[in-house]
Amino acid sequence: MKVWKFGDDVDTDAIIPGRFLTIYNPMELAKHAFEGTRPEFAMGVARGDVIVAGRNFGCGSSREHAPIALLGAGVQVVIAKSFARIFYRNAINTGLLPLVCAETDGIHDMSEIEVNTLKRIAVVEGKTYHLEPVPAFLKEIIEAGGLVEYAKKLEEVPLCTVSR
Amino acid sequence: MGATIVEKIFSSRCGKAVAAGEVVMAPIDRAMIHDITGPLAIEKFKEMGGRKVFDRNRVVMLFDHQIPADSIEAAQNHVFMRKFAEEQGIFNRDLREGVCHQVVVEEGLAAPGEIVVGADSHTCMYGATGAFATGIGSTDMGFALKFGALYFRVPDSIRIEVEGTFPRRVSPKDLILAITGDIGADGATYQTLEFTGNTVQNMDMAGRMTCCNMAIEMGAKAGIVPPDTVTRSYLAGRGVIAPLEIASDPDATYAEFKDYNVSTLEPQVAVPHNVDNVVPVGEVAGTPIDQVFIGSCTNGRFEDLAAAAEVAGTETFDPKVRVIVIPASRKEYLKALKAGTIERFVNAGALVEAPCCGPCMGGAFGLLAPGEVSLSTSNRNFKGRQGSAEAKVYLCSPATAAASAIYGVITDPRGV
Repeated sequence: MKVWKFGDDVDTDAIIPGRFLTIYNPMELAKHAFEGTRPEFAMGVARGDVIVAGRNFGCGSSREHAPIALLGAGVQVVIAKSFARIFYRNAINTGLLPLVCAETDGIHDMSEIEVNTLKRIAVVEGKTYHLEPVPAFLKEIIEAGGLVEYAKKLEEVPLCTVSR
Repeated sequence: MGATIVEKIFSSRCGKAVAAGEVVMAPIDRAMIHDITGPLAIEKFKEMGGRKVFDRNRVVMLFDHQIPADSIEAAQNHVFMRKFAEEQGIFNRDLREGVCHQVVVEEGLAAPGEIVVGADSHTCMYGATGAFATGIGSTDMGFALKFGALYFRVPDSIRIEVEGTFPRRVSPKDLILAITGDIGADGATYQTLEFTGNTVQNMDMAGRMTCCNMAIEMGAKAGIVPPDTVTRSYLAGRGVIAPLEIASDPDATYAEFKDYNVSTLEPQVAVPHNVDNVVPVGEVAGTPIDQVFIGSCTNGRFEDLAAAAEVAGTETFDPKVRVIVIPASRKEYLKALKAGTIERFVNAGALVEAPCCGPCMGGAFGLLAPGEVSLSTSNRNFKGRQGSAEAKVYLCSPATAAASAIYGVITDPRGV
């Protein structure tokens, strides 16, 4: 498993440009992931590789094609200092795990990485990085395998219930 | 303890007091889907076991991103959505009305105190009406279509107070660009931007829409202008009786307070490749441009077209520049036609297209070649946003766009 390292403010236009938004198939979208901004990604990415980024990953458009393209490319985890709100929800909903880590600066491109989601750690070149917990209310959705699976089990919504 | 307008909207719609930071399953007053994110939302709705949408009269469907169909795939997506609308009895505005956000607001489909979601990030624009409105992804939209509800973390708010009078040819777009430059691309993540102050109170709905539209460019979940007489008179003409006097309490808790004064504000430009990379126009004046786009949900209203036309006067545009003008909706198009604005653009050498998103999303038409430069009144200048990743996009106001179209280089509209 290797790291694909990105900087701050990676936008969803960079992840999947607007001209490919008529495509919905994950494998087809994956062929165009980061086309333009990081052309070697689509050919070089292997199943289980991890994207590591700076602040505000996934900013911009609400296109769910972005997490779907990454999933299609075999990426299951994105680690970033912070995520843009809509991308974060889209990732959880579609089964891509967005994990927050304050110290991604020390992680370098193409390093070997191992992520343990249960222990919430990532190990890169012998160093252990701590990953922040996902908010409790989203955990249920992750555990169900995404919002579609979660929704299938729901008879009716718990309208107006409040949690933290 | 007092509450912000957004806390009050969630509390009112949920029938119990909720505060920022709490997660609530809240009812949806309206849900908007368009031709790019709609097909996937419908797929997800079906995968979730959805048979009938929660309320066909609360679903707004229209096509604006790829119209008329620019590819066979786009045409197929349109067919798929039309069929769904027919099955569900949803009124489909199809490609007739214009850009989704403009249509929702001008048809009175968002009102003070309502919770509105749209499968598009610029849904935050409806906050100009005093609604809480936010952009969501397709799977969240599938859920909303099925259940008529969605999980929200009630956002805390940044109170933005704007004072002063806009100098000549400086507009709300310049203000929101300046604010974006100040707050930064993630400075308001998960928060609401509440726009207040004399300048906002005196601002027309078009300007308020421009400001709320770009809240997402700071990562905000929503932008909102507390409803006042301007809001109510706008909505009253659109069949909405908005009795709701809803406003933040004086002792509401805010995450932050920001003050701006527009009296000394200069025209602003966001330079490639980030929206928060904002400078006064003087710093980039003289930059050669290949294409100018005047339009989009941010700046495609009649007021925007009129501001551009006022600067253009009877000049013709530089023949080396492709000028694309797209009114945000059919209604705005008609206003501009009747006022002679469209004729002026056509005489100046612009291409005037039918209402749609146009070059803003870099999919349908008006794409840029490597090395080309676009000056655009839209909302995003990301690498590759309007075509080649080797192209550059600058963002500005309609007045700056028109001035620059005349000279073929980025130009301060105040000197034209």
